Amino acid sequence: MDRLSNALSLFSLGLFVLVLSSLRRAHIRVEYSVSWLGAAAVLFVVSRSPSLMRWLADALGIDDPPLALLATCMAVFLFVFYRFSVMVSNLKDANIALTQRLAILEFYLRSQNEGNKS
Amino acid sequence: MILVPALNEEAAIGAVIQEVRQVIPGVPILVIDDCSADSTAAVARQAGADVLSLPTHLGLGGCVQAGYRLAFELGFDYVIRLDGDGQHDPRYIPQILEKLKESGAQMVIGSRFLDEDTPYTSWVRKWGIYFFRAILRPILGKPVRDPTSGFVGVNREALALFSKSFPLEYPEIEALVVLQRRAFRFEEVPCQMRPRRTGRSTITATRSLYYIIHVLLGVFVNILKFERHRWRR
Repeated sequence: MDRLSNALSLFSLGLFVLVLSSLRRAHIRVEYSVSWLGAAAVLFVVSRSPSLMRWLADALGIDDPPLALLATCMAVFLFVFYRFSVMVSNLKDANIALTQRLAILEFYLRSQNEGNKS
Repeated sequence: MILVPALNEEAAIGAVIQEVRQVIPGVPILVIDDCSADSTAAVARQAGADVLSLPTHLGLGGCVQAGYRLAFELGFDYVIRLDGDGQHDPRYIPQILEKLKESGAQMVIGSRFLDEDTPYTSWVRKWGIYFFRAILRPILGKPVRDPTSGFVGVNREALALFSKSFPLEYPEIEALVVLQRRAFRFEEVPCQMRPRRTGRSTITATRSLYYIIHVLLGVFVNILKFERHRWRR
């Protein structure tokens, strides 16, 4: 084990604790925490297992096993970021549609109230 | 119906509404207030317009689309949109409306540059407009002189389309592509624009590059969307 794999293990533990504490405080919803907890667990297991790291390095054609793990980590996190970008885009579309619908309903309501008054 | 999207236009909106009423009395005017921090909505109501108040800021595209949606639901056949800052001269509304009715085109643009000698407001804008004219020419199949104009009229067909699908940021150029991909037509009528009464343009020199990239991406995404639909048929 070299310093990089130790650092990755610590990072994965830190990530795990951060996500769990965010869940406890309801800062993150359970369905959005799964990707992060899964990524942290896999990162920890692989960073503590020299044979798994070597297998990963051979598969990727990278000489240094911890570096291979770091590269995999970055790829996984990029994928998670992409997934969240898709979610944010969908939420924004839904938010726009809801905002427009709410404004239109308020417009009808106001018109009706004004009609009733006059 | 006349649509006036507005954000923090309390100083200009009242005069714009009065001018519109003088030009075409009796036509409903709808101000779409994009969650202004000032009293735009109150001033607009006082001037006699109906107001559609958005509870959160949506940006120009979302704001205009909300107006199109309401106009479509209320059954209007023609809608003309002009800005709330006083740049668009309401005296040209009858020409736009007449062109919509007479040509059968789904959209009519109030164009600043149909007359060759019209000066450009800045060199950035001038080259931006040249650039988009060149890009849009093969896509639209006909030249467009003023693709960035927000002074536009649409008929009910375009209203139905835009109430479902309308670009959210910098919508003018993308809207032309959305129309064209459905085989809808547009026309231009000459009009002059005035300096804005208050505020500043949202497209500053520093945001121009972002504007160009954003609009180009939007144009090509709209083309790809259409192609995908066509393959599925």
